[in-house]
Amino acid sequence: MARAFTPKVVTANDLLDGDVIYLTEDDRWSRDLAEAELITDEAHAQVRLLDAERQAAKIVGAYLADAVAGEHGPEPTHFREDFRRTGPSNYAHGKQESSPQPRV
Amino acid sequence: MYRYSEFDKAFLAERNAQFRAQVERRIDGSLTEDEFKPLRLMNGLYLQLHAYMLRVAIPYGTLSSDQMRQLALLAEKWDKGYGHFTTRQNIQYNWPKLRDVPDMLDALAEVGLHAIQTSGNTIRNVTADHFAGAAADEVADPRPYAELLRQWSTDHPEFQFMPRKFKIAITGSENDRAVIKAHDIGLQLVERDGVLGARVIVGGGLGRTPMIGKELSEFVAFDDLLAYLEATVSVWNQIGRRDNKYKARIKITVHEHGIDAIRAKVNERFLKVRPQFKGADMALLDEIKGHFAPPAFRDGSVAAFEGAYSNDPVFRSWVDTNIAPHKKADHAIVTISIKKHGHTPGDATAEQMQVMADLAQEFAYDELRISHEQNVILPHVHKADLPAIHAKLKEHGLATANIGLISDIIACPGMDYCALATARSIPVAEQIATRFDELKLEHDIGHLKIKISGCINACGHHHVGHIGILGLDRAGVENYQITLGGDGTETAAIGERAGPGFSYDEIVPAIERLIYAYLDLRSDADETFLQTYRRLGMAPFKAALYPEAQANAA
Repeated sequence: MARAFTPKVVTANDLLDGDVIYLTEDDRWSRDLAEAELITDEAHAQVRLLDAERQAAKIVGAYLADAVAGEHGPEPTHFREDFRRTGPSNYAHGKQESSPQPRV
Repeated sequence: MYRYSEFDKAFLAERNAQFRAQVERRIDGSLTEDEFKPLRLMNGLYLQLHAYMLRVAIPYGTLSSDQMRQLALLAEKWDKGYGHFTTRQNIQYNWPKLRDVPDMLDALAEVGLHAIQTSGNTIRNVTADHFAGAAADEVADPRPYAELLRQWSTDHPEFQFMPRKFKIAITGSENDRAVIKAHDIGLQLVERDGVLGARVIVGGGLGRTPMIGKELSEFVAFDDLLAYLEATVSVWNQIGRRDNKYKARIKITVHEHGIDAIRAKVNERFLKVRPQFKGADMALLDEIKGHFAPPAFRDGSVAAFEGAYSNDPVFRSWVDTNIAPHKKADHAIVTISIKKHGHTPGDATAEQMQVMADLAQEFAYDELRISHEQNVILPHVHKADLPAIHAKLKEHGLATANIGLISDIIACPGMDYCALATARSIPVAEQIATRFDELKLEHDIGHLKIKISGCINACGHHHVGHIGILGLDRAGVENYQITLGGDGTETAAIGERAGPGFSYDEIVPAIERLIYAYLDLRSDADETFLQTYRRLGMAPFKAALYPEAQANAA
């Protein structure tokens, strides 16, 4: 039996500065996971991934990452995605510099 | 120090201009990422978790003060004010912007540095003993040969699309400080009947299939060495596996075919390759050797050193741990620790880089080295200058007296930066260092090498740590496996796994139990952790690591 689909967001890195970005429902790329479109349907997820991959001149390495609905929007389920939405733990660099993204 | 010729300068300028155009074509959409990726990797540019990362080669670990200042400039101008020295004598910048990278490469070229072949399936940056040219125990300085290898391997047409990456390390000493047995090819310079040559080790490597290198030849004279190496890489390039990237390194080829079969193939290939080498390489080596002539060592009294050593306990402690014997008795080799307790191993700020450059210029004949253990070395220092150097280092957080001790930890960037990582390394290293500093046990514990990797690829050399720590992802949670008894020197050994892994919160207490067990078990204060392990084996350490299992069995 195929594994049940778990909710996803489309994420990638920005071509010019490499920063982690997320595809929003209104087709923007946001730096903030909370603004991402949380996709609960598998077929729709594949379509959104294709939408992302077409934007090769703006983004790099789009993929579907697991996420869950939180109070303020999607939240990561895995620590790797938690690091990606926040920044490294040895310095307050990356996203946590500009907008505080507390680790869950 | 090698000085670039007009040819070297023109080559690098052209290469950088090509890459600048490639970046422009990527940004304007003419190149897809699939097309651009191999091009950027050939120039050391990765895309990591949060940003791009530029890996700059420090060939055979040698830098002049001008070069170190330029590395500081890059950190300040195009990064976040620091750089990360790696386990392969590279420096990595963690936050460059794609548009800025061509300017960074041009700035590096101004001082004869580059990022060529620091990635991709090519012959990577050739690494060397970081005490080369200064060590009291070496047969010859390996760096001229390393520079010859750099020139030979750069853009070598036969070796641009190999099954996998290929790493060469070289040492001039029996005491192996360059981990030659964990490289695809390891070279140890040896002299036989007055002829200089090398013992050739092949098929070592860490990663998911750790292997200790095997002797391919006990002696190849310098005249034949380049042809012999070309034959070796060529044999692997032909028969190395391309069906599976995890089976592609030469260590697997050697393992599958056997060292005797590989030797026979290399010898056969060598006979074909040898006539193509008509002595131009030896002429070039002679010229390169001139660039590495030892400095004019100054004379003078060492009384100032002896006085400070007797009177200043902080200075004495630093000398006892961070100073190694120099081939000239009134000189010393200084290792500057980039492992301040609680800080990221191998990270230096732009200001610290400038301070080290100034010290090299004023006191150390303008030379610096980067070690695979992520420290910086002043290879030639008159002992009388040690107190002034120590005082300056102290002002800039660089005087930690911990070389070879428990807090002198190798750690890869791990999940904090690396796209391949499965767990963090840096905070584990920081916490171990902080904990044993608090316990004031570091000097009592003595010589101990802890090495931490954040994934199975083993950039943190965990397999050859006396204590190795491997960070994995177990069901979505960080989990750390401990190996014991590894050794990266001439008595190289792969560490043995102690048992089940520990969670992020449990790993530092586990290391603490291990160390207290060692302190109880050692025969006397001079017996190192590795010696105790070799004498007693795994059992008593396992008992300390897993007390519950012990209790349940009882």
